[in-house]
Amino acid sequence: MTKSRLFRLAGIILPMALVIVLAAAPAYAHEEYKIGAIFASTGPASMLGLPEKNTVMMLEEALNAAGGIGGKKVEIIFYNTEADPTKTVTAVKKLIKKDKVEIIIGPTTSGTTLAIIDIIEKEKVPLISAAASVRIIKPVKPYVFKTPQTDVMAVEKIYERLQKNGIKRVAIITVANGFGDSGRNQLKILASKYGLTVVADERFGKKDTDMTVQLTKIKGTNAQAIISWDTNPGPAVIAKNRKALGIKIPLYNSHGVASKKFIELSGGAAEGTYLPAGKLLVVDQLTKNDPQRKVLTDYKNSYESKFGGSANTFGGHAYDAFQIAVKAIQNLVDKKIHVNRDSIRDELENITGFVGTGGIFNFSAKDHNGLTKEGFVLVEIENGDWKLAE
Amino acid sequence: MTFRSLLRSPYTGFIFFAVLLLLIPLAVTNEYYLNVLIIIGINSIIVMGLDLLMGYTGQISLGHAAFYGIGAYISGVLSAKWGVPPLMGLLLALVGVSIIAFTVGNPTLRLHGHYLAMATLGFGIIVFIFFQELDFLTGGPSGLVGIEAMTLFGITFDSDRSYYYLVSIVMLIILLLSINLVNSRVGRALRAIHGSEIAANVLGVKISRYKNGIFVISALYAAVAGWLYAHYITFISPSSFGFMFSIKLVTMVVIGSLGSLWGAIFGAALLTSLPEFLTVVEDYETVAFGIILMSVMIFMPRGLLRGIEDLVIKIFARISDRSEVQEKINE
Repeated sequence: MTKSRLFRLAGIILPMALVIVLAAAPAYAHEEYKIGAIFASTGPASMLGLPEKNTVMMLEEALNAAGGIGGKKVEIIFYNTEADPTKTVTAVKKLIKKDKVEIIIGPTTSGTTLAIIDIIEKEKVPLISAAASVRIIKPVKPYVFKTPQTDVMAVEKIYERLQKNGIKRVAIITVANGFGDSGRNQLKILASKYGLTVVADERFGKKDTDMTVQLTKIKGTNAQAIISWDTNPGPAVIAKNRKALGIKIPLYNSHGVASKKFIELSGGAAEGTYLPAGKLLVVDQLTKNDPQRKVLTDYKNSYESKFGGSANTFGGHAYDAFQIAVKAIQNLVDKKIHVNRDSIRDELENITGFVGTGGIFNFSAKDHNGLTKEGFVLVEIENGDWKLAE
Repeated sequence: MTFRSLLRSPYTGFIFFAVLLLLIPLAVTNEYYLNVLIIIGINSIIVMGLDLLMGYTGQISLGHAAFYGIGAYISGVLSAKWGVPPLMGLLLALVGVSIIAFTVGNPTLRLHGHYLAMATLGFGIIVFIFFQELDFLTGGPSGLVGIEAMTLFGITFDSDRSYYYLVSIVMLIILLLSINLVNSRVGRALRAIHGSEIAANVLGVKISRYKNGIFVISALYAAVAGWLYAHYITFISPSSFGFMFSIKLVTMVVIGSLGSLWGAIFGAALLTSLPEFLTVVEDYETVAFGIILMSVMIFMPRGLLRGIEDLVIKIFARISDRSEVQEKINE
């Protein structure tokens, strides 16, 4: 009995001692520019997070092969957030306190970005998020930037089109998570500006596999168009259900479905539906003098030759975030200003006319996204491929 | 008091542990490690409660993340929307959770085995839907921002270091309460229920009262943890309180060792910190995690703490056997 009590004590104390020893491992001084990257490379948002991670790793390799920034190499320190707020907070603390990075890019989702804003502001580390929600940059927080077009722009792009087609009544069907929530709010707020009324407001769960109920309700209204707001696979289910129910009014999807997976999953039902998307999807159809054409073609080719599959806009958000971070550091080096967290933050606000995959970025003290709705184009799905609808 | 009885006392381990816990910040100054330790502390509070329910009383709950969430949301919403101070938030959270736990526990704890698991699972899912759909209160699926940092009696706990002390002290208080509970008449009654409900009933244990009571207590532990979590991260979203987290909590109890408070803490510490160590293997993190959990369950079915104990005893026994044989040969 006594002996086993002793062992029990040892069993408790030994693991604790181990934790302390590991914690005491010294942090070494750094000779590189350290950039933290946090993306959801596994878990529910991995369809977005994995291409983001791949992109950043690819860019790091290419940049260092070309000699880095002013002779100094760039080191990416990556952590997987699994789209979990608690994990993201821990990852950010690790990047700031242990790895001592200059700037952080990511995370993938809006919820995880909102979870870390307080820490980012308190620790004064610049962050370039790859998440959609407009709440991230509105109101403006000094250290928080983001590259994806906001949902406001996506909604405006769709509404602009609806207005042009003389449509007055829309039905919206949105997913019950951060992405759908933010889209739903903007869809409702902006409707009146484009002379539209929302006649049905349906929601569904992220894991739902059938939306017949919601669509049947919509069918019973006098809506002239349906707008669905979710990332894959939900919208593919909606497209299928819509076809099965024989609903004839047009279906508009959010920018959240902008990957080939959507067309595959919907098994032909997505044919003839629309979505606002970054220009990456239709890069071959852009006019020769489109300013983004070169950047997009380069990114698409290098990504696809390295990882196979097809490059998507989410990877593009990470591409923009990385390149903007590098650009800010490069500018500081050129101006011979000491590179630290604060100088990078200040420099980010000076970046204008930067051509990225999501559009042309013009950051300022008042605008930490720097994009307009022109970053989007409206795309139609035709013969299982994207077609520029303008 | 002899050395022997000192070792046998359940409080010796507690004192060792308390001293160790409060000394850690002297060695660990990096806020990242403190952050991990804080999350471990918060998780181990819930897991201790769940262990009282599962390990000691033999009742399963697959909905404990819900109580954790309700605790977090009550205090969080009050703080973010109306600026209610955290201490008041805690009191209201405890009142709210005990009412809910009592109402839910009363009918569900009449069930056994799979049925109880299903009922608690259903409860967890319903609460999760509430968090998502009551968006005018909870901020909906995208989360609730603007929760104030922890302030108690005029002290603001806004650094990881101070928060670590707060979580440690709360956890130690709860551990002490739990040690007292399991070593009391009530604790013996709970174990009797675990052994055989009929036998316990025959011996005069009021089964439904004890089951209900321990269910409410473990829900309250979870609520305290939720309160600590909400005011630490200052942001909450439903995804932290979903079904998967309930499963994770049960895993912590089982991996740690059912029916041992130290096992509960150990399980929480292991499952919370393991992914941090596994970042070394990057893409194979989830696979490695799964393999570790599986091998623990295969080779140490009684849980890690008891498993290690058995292993150490076995090794020592073998060594002493060998030395006895050696002595005999020498003779």
